[in-house]
Amino acid sequence: MSETTNKWIGQNTIRPDGAPKVTGSAAFAADTNMPGMIWGSVLRSPHAHARIKSIDTSKAEAHPGVKAVVTAADIVDFPVDTPFPLGIQDMRWMCRNVMAREKALFHGHPVAAVAATSEAIAAEACKLIEVDYEVLPHAIEIDDALAPDAPILHDFIEFEGKPSNIAGTLEHTKGDIEAGFAEADVIIERDFTTRPVHQGYIEPHACLVSVAADGKATIWSSSQGQFMVRAMTGLLTGIPQSDIRAIPAEIGGGFGGKTIVYLEPLATILSKKSGRPVKMVMTREEVMRASGPTSGSKSTIKIGAKKDGTITAAEGIYWLQAGGLPGSPIRGAVGCALAPYDIPNGRTFGYDVVSNRSKVAAYRAPGAPIGAFGIECVLDEIAEELGMDPLDLRLKNAAKEGTQAVHGPTYPLMGYVESLEAAKAHDHYKAPLGPNQGRGVASGFWFNAGGESSAQVNITEDGNVVVTTGHPDIGGSRAGIANICAELLGIDYRRVSVLIGDTATIGFSNLTGGSRVLFASSIVVTESTNNVIGTLCALAAKIWDIDPEAVIWEDGEARPAGANAGQFPPLTLEELAARANESGGPIGAGAQINTTGAEGGFGTHICDVEVDPELGTVQVLRYTVLQDVGRAVHPSYVEGQMQGGAVQAIGWALNEEYIYNKNGHVDNPGFLDYRMPVASDMPMIDTHIIEIPNPKHPQGVRGVGEVPLVPGLAAVRNAIHDAVGVRFNDLPMSPPVVLDALDMAEAAE
Amino acid sequence: MTDTQYMAPQTLDEAVTAFAAGGEAARILAGGTDLLVQMGAGMVNPGVIVDVKKITELNSIEETADGGFVVGAAVAGAVLEEHPTFGKVWPGVLEGLNLIGSTQIQGRASLGGNLCNGSPAADGVPAMVAAGAVLTVQGPNGRRDIPVKDVPTGPGKTSLAPGEIAVCFTFPPRPAGSSDAYLRMIPRTEMDIAVVGVGVNLTMKDGVCTDASVGLGAVAPTVLLVEDAAKALIGSKLDAAALDAAAAACSAACNPIDDKRGTIAYRTKVAGVLLKRTAAIAAKRAAGV
Repeated sequence: MSETTNKWIGQNTIRPDGAPKVTGSAAFAADTNMPGMIWGSVLRSPHAHARIKSIDTSKAEAHPGVKAVVTAADIVDFPVDTPFPLGIQDMRWMCRNVMAREKALFHGHPVAAVAATSEAIAAEACKLIEVDYEVLPHAIEIDDALAPDAPILHDFIEFEGKPSNIAGTLEHTKGDIEAGFAEADVIIERDFTTRPVHQGYIEPHACLVSVAADGKATIWSSSQGQFMVRAMTGLLTGIPQSDIRAIPAEIGGGFGGKTIVYLEPLATILSKKSGRPVKMVMTREEVMRASGPTSGSKSTIKIGAKKDGTITAAEGIYWLQAGGLPGSPIRGAVGCALAPYDIPNGRTFGYDVVSNRSKVAAYRAPGAPIGAFGIECVLDEIAEELGMDPLDLRLKNAAKEGTQAVHGPTYPLMGYVESLEAAKAHDHYKAPLGPNQGRGVASGFWFNAGGESSAQVNITEDGNVVVTTGHPDIGGSRAGIANICAELLGIDYRRVSVLIGDTATIGFSNLTGGSRVLFASSIVVTESTNNVIGTLCALAAKIWDIDPEAVIWEDGEARPAGANAGQFPPLTLEELAARANESGGPIGAGAQINTTGAEGGFGTHICDVEVDPELGTVQVLRYTVLQDVGRAVHPSYVEGQMQGGAVQAIGWALNEEYIYNKNGHVDNPGFLDYRMPVASDMPMIDTHIIEIPNPKHPQGVRGVGEVPLVPGLAAVRNAIHDAVGVRFNDLPMSPPVVLDALDMAEAAE
Repeated sequence: MTDTQYMAPQTLDEAVTAFAAGGEAARILAGGTDLLVQMGAGMVNPGVIVDVKKITELNSIEETADGGFVVGAAVAGAVLEEHPTFGKVWPGVLEGLNLIGSTQIQGRASLGGNLCNGSPAADGVPAMVAAGAVLTVQGPNGRRDIPVKDVPTGPGKTSLAPGEIAVCFTFPPRPAGSSDAYLRMIPRTEMDIAVVGVGVNLTMKDGVCTDASVGLGAVAPTVLLVEDAAKALIGSKLDAAALDAAAAACSAACNPIDDKRGTIAYRTKVAGVLLKRTAAIAAKRAAGV
């Protein structure tokens, strides 16, 4: 398969989920209903930090219409001293996050849940639950949590021998950092902060769970992994996985935030207790108060370089908010921060800090944008100090094939340098700028991932194809798989239907995350399809009575391999499907593989802004994303990922922010005042796709979806500096912040 | 939990009777774009909802013989936008109303609802205050007129007496060379709530401002009529000194709060900036440019 001969790989084929979504027939999690269904509602902590002394649910249980009540006593406990990892989560923290156990750790933390015959009755019954709280002092910000007199969230967490809110650390080192700084001609050290931001999916968390009389549970929910839902629900309820069928709904956005469960275990217990199907749907306010944003952070970045721009040493120290329970994405921050650069001496160090906020969840390249932000800002300042073009500084130090990264691996063939060269050559980089306008650049890296994937490829009796995979499609995987399967079979892509199986109908598949899904699922689909082709060739060989090796598969039909094989008219897929029972029966093949060979992805962004110096508003005028995607199997979906990541970065940089009041409650739990960008805030995001195929993948696929969020925060910030001469080291760069800084800069002159 | 009764009377008299009978638990539904959100958030649980969208007087637009307008309190933004002449005479009032919410919201939201919701940040109100619009209300004790500037009395509060319903707005006739404008500051480009809103209404003759009025929103418990800003503009050619003085008057009039939508310092400064920009747009329109 090569670029020149591909018929479907690289084509913008019609999206299989397009018509259902546009016409409203796509079934999202809250669209499923059952006869006899009742409603669940969650009672949430009114305090940011409180010890739960007792819970009395008797009044709620006696309330007319109430069918079941659940508290932490009904959830399987995972003792805090025994780690129990599951994917990127730990069940010790999951069991305490879905329902507060010893303590309520944030305002909005679930304390109990009620199922009743209507939503209103369930909500009213929640108010009848009497919880005796011992209210404790709270810590919201990192500095509050690290202060010497900070309230300690968990007495079982110690750091350096003392009770602490530092729940963990991670370090990467390479070379001799001190020696490296000693060689530098210029050293710049700066402090940075970023704020927690929410993934902002449009569809709130929702589920319907039915535990039947035989004890078997069926879960319909919107998640990034039906197997993750099954495993966590099983562990938290004590129901064996074989008795749980988790059916993935069409997903209305995830961005990492749906790699975790909130409602499913509660609804399962409520259904088991009541004998009725139980539906639960979060409000937007619940989503904003109690589902994971990504971490807020502070960091100290120090980089040294020689006069010619060669970086001699770089160091990044990061503190990331985990929320009320441990588990911030420090790996992404400290791993990705220096990854684009060939640095002889480097060190990154991360602290996982708990505080009284909702537990963080994955968000598109978790931690990596935080890691890159300070690094890319300091590089911009070094470039200015040295009088170098910022892209040239990056080119001078760019990691390439054979570079050993500070976080460990030695890179194979990859396209970071190409992204920088493409940026330099791009029209955008040369376009003139007007008054109050500026241009910034930044780069970024994401690990990408492989892992477990399963697929089944079946030929229908009429000679078409059904492919079943096990990953919820959040970025176009169904369209990409259809292109690949059609390419391999040499048939029109419209003859390939790609479905997402549930936990009972397809083998284990790890969740949709880490930019892994098209990488991993195309490996299992390729193996399955090649096996199907082998079966088809064998069938043709039998019909022709020749050796199977003398049959080749081309353009959707079996042909004799050459003149020596004999003269036979080709047999098409339809003809072979119709004659399947002449040899071997139904045609299909499956594969289940723990895939490896996912290689990292790199991108570079160019951002132009105009700052209104009287209002402090920042308008993004032009934005270009240049990224090595390996192979763009479905280019418009790839562009969509690049654009979506950039837009989320712009929102993070400019306006998105949780605002807490003095009681430790989120004061802006909705899209009106949690200011995600709207469409009219954005220019068209231009994309430049670079294809350096991943040598370890049959189609050359690299992950695409997460890299494009990583460079954006610094690209916007560096552009604002270019426009107005002020370096902002704290996000968001909202109008009051920008105007205040401009006024101070003016006063200083 | 109490059940909510809904009614949609055809006449104003019926509506007034029902609204008064409902007492404190009664709510008027015009567009419902605030009421339904408040109900959804559990802030209000009305005993009775009186829908006024079926009452002719509250939903008509009349251009009077002298060039004034009478606009029903429940006329939706999209409807007023389609009126052939209102937006030519009062472009600032119209753009304030049309900034509320999305396209869908514009099919429902009204000037009367925006005013009676009592938000200091109401986009529909500053330009109406600057226009000198008058609200006619009807209640159990009959009809009366209230200048729009005197309707809001604090966040969520108005000077309407119990049982009174907003009926219509009267916009006065105006001399040639008059126009208006409304600008607001929001961190995004749409779908947001004003951090500062400024309505400016001007009459220009031979390049000189002969009459002016300034309404200022989101910087105090109620929308303000800033007379000192108007004084600074009247008699001037809207030169830099006059605009600076008017801007300073706007900043001086501010009595804002620090909240999730903006800081005191930011709102105070931006009020002046927006005054200058809004006045420039109104002047351009008044000159027919």
